Amino acid sequence: MVEQKLKVTLLTGRTIEQGVGKEKGKASKEYFDACSMCYMDADDMKKLGVKNNTNILVSTPDGSVVLKAVKYPRSATPGLIYVPYGPWANAVCSDKTTSIGMPSFKGTPAEVEPAPNKQVLTIEELLKSEFGR
Amino acid sequence: MSIVKSVTCPICGCLCDDIELTVENNEVVKVKNGCAICESKFIGYRGEHRIKTPLMRKNGKLVPVSMNEAVHAAAEVLANSTYPILYGWSSTSSEAQRVGVELTEEVGGIMDNTAVVCHGPSILGVQEVGIPTCTLGQIRHRADLIIYWGCDPWSAHPRHLERYTSFTEGRFEKSEWKAYMQKLKAQAGQKKMQSAMRIESGRTQLRPQTCSIPGMPQTMSKDGRKLIVIDVRKTMSAEMADYYIQVEPNKDYELMQALRVLVRDGELDVDKVAGVPVEYLKQVADALVNCEFGVIFFGMGLTQTAGKFRNVEVAISLVRDLNMRTKFSIMPMRGHFNVTGANVVSAWQTGYPYGVDFSLGYPRYNPGETTCMDVLLREENDASLVIAADPGANFPKKAIENMVKHPLIVIDPHMNATSMLGDIVFPSAFVGIEVEGTAYRMDHVPLPLKKVVEPPKGILSDEEILTKILAQVKLIKSKKTAKKAEA
Repeated sequence: MVEQKLKVTLLTGRTIEQGVGKEKGKASKEYFDACSMCYMDADDMKKLGVKNNTNILVSTPDGSVVLKAVKYPRSATPGLIYVPYGPWANAVCSDKTTSIGMPSFKGTPAEVEPAPNKQVLTIEELLKSEFGR
Repeated sequence: MSIVKSVTCPICGCLCDDIELTVENNEVVKVKNGCAICESKFIGYRGEHRIKTPLMRKNGKLVPVSMNEAVHAAAEVLANSTYPILYGWSSTSSEAQRVGVELTEEVGGIMDNTAVVCHGPSILGVQEVGIPTCTLGQIRHRADLIIYWGCDPWSAHPRHLERYTSFTEGRFEKSEWKAYMQKLKAQAGQKKMQSAMRIESGRTQLRPQTCSIPGMPQTMSKDGRKLIVIDVRKTMSAEMADYYIQVEPNKDYELMQALRVLVRDGELDVDKVAGVPVEYLKQVADALVNCEFGVIFFGMGLTQTAGKFRNVEVAISLVRDLNMRTKFSIMPMRGHFNVTGANVVSAWQTGYPYGVDFSLGYPRYNPGETTCMDVLLREENDASLVIAADPGANFPKKAIENMVKHPLIVIDPHMNATSMLGDIVFPSAFVGIEVEGTAYRMDHVPLPLKKVVEPPKGILSDEEILTKILAQVKLIKSKKTAKKAEA
């Protein structure tokens, strides 16, 4: 049965593509492609009825963002989603620092739902929508 | 055309210093020995994302201004603010960082570097229990057991394995590269066999791998260096490992404490810890105890998950326990090429490695209070200067919302997310490409960064821009003092 929403744990981190993109330039296509995506478990994608390279909406109490879902190629990671570091990941990351200065970039509870008709925002659009600049 | 040899790569904490660059007409045209990220930087530095002139926000838009106007405006902002944040410092030289400390002290602000969202918790862990560590050279030549915990060097430090650990040819330890290639060939052969058998028998399912405990290593008893990767998901680095442990998210602390018990010959009354069978952990503990010299490298998988600095503290305690049985070291995988330098410079100049508050006229350090993230979230800042970092892309949304409510000065070579949000933007020269300087490798070894090409006309280094702003701030403040004295 296809579910409407899936509860997952959100991780953010590095990927080699994100590294290459950030050095090329934050407004580059490489950076956009590398960071506006979300690795998902193949079975989780089936549960949600999400196809590879289609859009999803990731939501946490701190915000929501549209990302491109990509099947994680290396292993099964049920209940985990992985978004490379970047402004898209930070639109949904927890800012709780637990009084030591470090926000909770990994292990935040999140919800995923299919969003085939929603667009992934470019970095300029995302900053404009979040900060008005 | 000229070839510049032994260039230090200004990207990650590995600071690979064997890069060869071909320079033609004052442009880098070819990169040898570097990783994909290295090539992207050395070729991409001059791309269309470069800021060419100082910019200031007027009527909501960034417009070009003269360097003089930008310096005056930035100095006015800083001199007139009461609690500015001066953040970043990790992708620049230690020489620029030193000027940064003086500027922060002059304006009575907060000096914080990217460690706050990176290895800040590691520093806190180290301050609790100390750190048994060594240089990467020692590891390269002597370590026979390498652990990567909560980090994926293949993605973030692509040449770490090749230069310092498993795949390097050390004096006393050999490279495992050939063994890894053989393993890959064997796996490919195995897949071909399975495929042939499947066609033969008409089966559609792959045969399960022969293995008594799921994920059990088949090569653990091999000679030579052993590689263990502990992560919540199977990364590329994990695929290279002799032993991969998939820990449940936010449970690294439990796993490490369990390993500590086993290393001390204790018994565990459970079957699984953090999703890992205890039987499996016993074998890992045996491997740890029986190595000659082991090292744990750890990354954001420990510092950004539940427990944060406690994870690091217990990792160091595990190393301390292991040192009762064999020799072990531990080292954080530092991200930016000179974030270690930012900590070192800050510590030698102020006494504290990051999150230093000068608002009372003397340096004060209380992570959670004086760290820039907390100041931003409490909305206490009234101006910001960001240099050699991109919080616009890497800080949580709420922190940036508060940062852009007040004047934001940005110094960066590229039009990154923070530059796009800035009010006063200074273009700077690339340290390690267009300006020389010093950077500290992740093992605290300082290395020189080379200047291989001239910066574009009119583009100054971070150090020069900061020095100009500092001089102007001092001038404004002396005028203020003189006015007060007159009154």
